[in-house]
Amino acid sequence: MRISTFFYCLKQGLKNIYRNRTFSLASIGTITACLFLFGVFYCIAINFQDIVKSIETNIGVTAFFQEEVTEEEILELKEVIALREEVESVTYISAEEAWQEFKEGYFKDGDEGILSGLDEDNPLEGAENLSIKLNDSSKQSELVEYLNSLEEVREVNASDAIADSFTNFSRLLSYISLGIIIILVAVAIFLISNTVMIGITVRKEEIAIMKYIGATDIFVRGPFLVEGIIIGLVGSAIPVLILRFLYNRVVEFVLTEFSILNNLLTFTDVNVIFRILIPVSLGIGLGIGFIGSYGTLRKHVRV
Amino acid sequence: MIALDNVYKTYSTGVSALNGISLKIVKGEFVFVVGSSGSGKTTLFKLLLKELEPTSGAIYMNNKNLSRLRRRKIPRMRRGIGVVFQDFRLLKDRTVYENIAFAQRVVGKSSKTIKETVPQLLALVGLADKASSYPKELSGGEQQRVALARALANNPPVLLADEPTGNLDPKNAWELMKLLEEINLRGTTVVVVTHNKEIVEKMQKRVVSMSNGVIVSDESKGGYTYEN
Repeated sequence: MRISTFFYCLKQGLKNIYRNRTFSLASIGTITACLFLFGVFYCIAINFQDIVKSIETNIGVTAFFQEEVTEEEILELKEVIALREEVESVTYISAEEAWQEFKEGYFKDGDEGILSGLDEDNPLEGAENLSIKLNDSSKQSELVEYLNSLEEVREVNASDAIADSFTNFSRLLSYISLGIIIILVAVAIFLISNTVMIGITVRKEEIAIMKYIGATDIFVRGPFLVEGIIIGLVGSAIPVLILRFLYNRVVEFVLTEFSILNNLLTFTDVNVIFRILIPVSLGIGLGIGFIGSYGTLRKHVRV
Repeated sequence: MIALDNVYKTYSTGVSALNGISLKIVKGEFVFVVGSSGSGKTTLFKLLLKELEPTSGAIYMNNKNLSRLRRRKIPRMRRGIGVVFQDFRLLKDRTVYENIAFAQRVVGKSSKTIKETVPQLLALVGLADKASSYPKELSGGEQQRVALARALANNPPVLLADEPTGNLDPKNAWELMKLLEEINLRGTTVVVVTHNKEIVEKMQKRVVSMSNGVIVSDESKGGYTYEN
């Protein structure tokens, strides 16, 4: 293709968009909505994944003991557990330490307020435990089984449950979002194909003349393809820009408003997310634009 | 240059428009194709442009067998044919200049070439002063001359005209014919499909008469022999 042909197609394509701007805007709006949702779900899903991962590695497994088990017995058990292959480290946390940790975790600034009155009468009496970190989180259930088989152990808290529900929730979320996105992609393709169809109808005469003169397919279809692709790209650039702008603000907001969650939540870095999100969104937008316009052209504009 | 060998065309509706047409038009000829409506003139016209496919028979245009021509080669083939229609078919939202330049741009001519040739073409059809007018500001005769300039823009060896004088008054019709004759004298093969008895008789060119899808007469320097 000649460069002049390329510029001709580009110019005519932009003209087409401007000529039926109502439909162009509707198409852009639909793609924007579609890819905005996609972006939001993608951000949430990635963060969930990271959170699940950090829960798995940071919290590990906590074992609580029967009342009659003494501290010495627990420390003995600690050594035994530490010998296991999948265990990275075992820490003993006394009831006193557990209480301090709880207070520090929730009242960072040292203002313990009413809770300091409880120091004498530890609410977490009997909460002494062994906190076990794993070097391989996939072996977690094996360890939990082992711990449950020990008669000294009263209860085992594994992050399994939390991790599982997070995983389940994010899976549900991705199914719902996938459904919505598929519907919106279909609507977007339909709208683009309509926009292009209007352009074809308006320029029917011109297309007929072009064919008689001996214009090639590229020359006749080019402007309409450009139209579809530009609509697709604009429609995908807008949501990416909005999300880029919103992401850090939302993270900041969550961290200040729900500071309790600080040690639980780790947000994925904005650059990591957008390194994937930008090309994927633009790709989808381009694809929608191309399919929408090309399908219509194949059907209605033949030499 | 143009040859038809026993060409039949039956539409999917069952109407047979052409029933065995054989015709040869050599380079540089000026030929009228006459006949009443329904005689198959328009079908013939469309077959020559490969807008339609013949049911059987072979058609050669500029020494190419059209039925062997691949779809993607059609545009190149059409660049060898200039076309003029009864209803002009100019782009109404563009000036005379742009209409002619459009034909050249479509086939990928450079802006430099376009700038050089458009004024020459306008001068040829006598509209040098109308370059920046819009089609609606021109008379029918002037519009048809713009269409003719556009048809000639890419210097095709063949010019096909479908009822070019159909919408013109006798004076303009005659002027257009003189122009076609002049173009023919410069070496272009000209085929004119027409109803216009008066003009055909005055021009004294080869006349092919059609009726019910067959050629009923083919006379060099003939008159309008077909009687309605």
